[in-house]
Amino acid sequence: MTDAIPEFKKTEATKVGITGSALTAGIGSATRKEIAIILAVAVLVIGGLEFVLWAYDVPQYILPRPSLIAAALVKEFPLLLPHLGYSMVSLLSGFTIGAVTGMVMAAIVTQYPLVEKVVTPYILVLVTTPMLALVPLLILRFGFGYTPRIIAVALAVGPMVMINAATGFRRTDSAKLALARSYGASTLQIFWKIRAPMALPMILVGLMIGSIFGLLTTVGAEMVGGGFGLGNRLTTYSSMINMPEFFAVILLLSIIGILIYVIFFLIGKKWASWET
Amino acid sequence: MVVKLAVRNAGKRYDDLEALKGCSFDVADKTIVSIVGPSGCGKTTLLWSMSGLHSLTSGQVDLDGERITAPRPEIGLVFQEANLLPWRNLMDNILFPFEVKHQTPDMAWITHLMDRVGLTGFEKRMPRELSGGMQQRGAIVRALSLRPQVLLMDEPFGALDAFTREEMNRLVEEIWLETKTTIVFITHSIEEAIFLSDRVIVLTKRPGRVHADYPVNLPRPRSLETMAGREVFDLMNKIKADIYGMSSMRPRSAAE
Repeated sequence: MTDAIPEFKKTEATKVGITGSALTAGIGSATRKEIAIILAVAVLVIGGLEFVLWAYDVPQYILPRPSLIAAALVKEFPLLLPHLGYSMVSLLSGFTIGAVTGMVMAAIVTQYPLVEKVVTPYILVLVTTPMLALVPLLILRFGFGYTPRIIAVALAVGPMVMINAATGFRRTDSAKLALARSYGASTLQIFWKIRAPMALPMILVGLMIGSIFGLLTTVGAEMVGGGFGLGNRLTTYSSMINMPEFFAVILLLSIIGILIYVIFFLIGKKWASWET
Repeated sequence: MVVKLAVRNAGKRYDDLEALKGCSFDVADKTIVSIVGPSGCGKTTLLWSMSGLHSLTSGQVDLDGERITAPRPEIGLVFQEANLLPWRNLMDNILFPFEVKHQTPDMAWITHLMDRVGLTGFEKRMPRELSGGMQQRGAIVRALSLRPQVLLMDEPFGALDAFTREEMNRLVEEIWLETKTTIVFITHSIEEAIFLSDRVIVLTKRPGRVHADYPVNLPRPRSLETMAGREVFDLMNKIKADIYGMSSMRPRSAAE
């Protein structure tokens, strides 16, 4: 009996676990050869762009050369840093409020099918309406400070987190619930030990999409009104036709976006890789 | 004979569907009883009511003469497909019942069980890293870790390949020989039922009640030779005839 255990190949199973999830697909372990190819293509694309823009003498206000953008980023960074901070304050505050509200609402609403049916249309309206459109209205009411931005971000993040988390909480596996009940688990224990971990992969998907939407809304709201934040810098630079600086801000924003993705990828890999 | 579990006139109705009706039998202490029957005859319903997870609409199930109304620590349950929690490693799955009950696990007993089923060294593996047979062995360890007096097994090996299944059957018998835990075993496989059991109960089609009750008086531990005997062959055919007799399909004659 004991000698008949099938051999387990670790690399194989691990690979399946990582590449199988929507959350974690895209980044994986790369071999040295793959890294070399990735770097070569990057150099080719950026270098090629630099060369073409230089060779055809494309004016800066149409598209600045990558080297000029990099130089502008380095030069302007001390000036941009406080604005980066302002944007992060809006994003993180709005995200935290929206995400917590979204998760709590999802956990409660999925317990009561009727409530869920009543609430879902409103959530869908919130998901599909660009919250950016509300910013001028919010500014009228709350002024040019952080408040309208944080509200807009929370409104963009919350429904997105809620709708995904609700999908997660709705995935009830009756056998697993029965298992917990057979050991006399309380409703609270069932929530924390069965429902929540089962919903976690979907919650993470919601948080990731929510944070990206939050970033879009932050920048958009800063462009609409108020004198600070990276979005405000975009409007300022473009109105002065400072295109290298403008693209430097864009570059900074894409770096933030990628960082958000990487953070959730790592969280997903650690806590949700059981799902294949 | 000491009666461990007594099913008394059990009936279960789901809206317009009657799953069980007037089902009665006893399970003697320290024996293995298998329940077979046509698909949808209420076997699983019956087992879940015995576990206290589902209530009956009529009749009752008694454990040591006391009516079962809710899940009890004396009763362990093994599910179809191992039902391990995929986000916990094997050992954390086995310790799950203790966590829920806020009890200190008997690690010496668990280590012994892990060794017994050949899972030593796999404690930190995630369920997806284990084969189906290993997962089900883990589930058996989880169920036995609380030293239940009764083990209810709901088609536990249905999803396994034939060889793994035979291996698992031998394992269940070995564990039974060591612990003498009363086992109620639901299966689709008549061969599995005979190999494991002291008695095989055949249920009628829905609403399920006892159609036949066959004692299996074969020496233990049982082997391939035991299973190749005339007695087993005859019993297997008798049970098959019982079940086919309930089928709505016309039995085939040799002329066809």
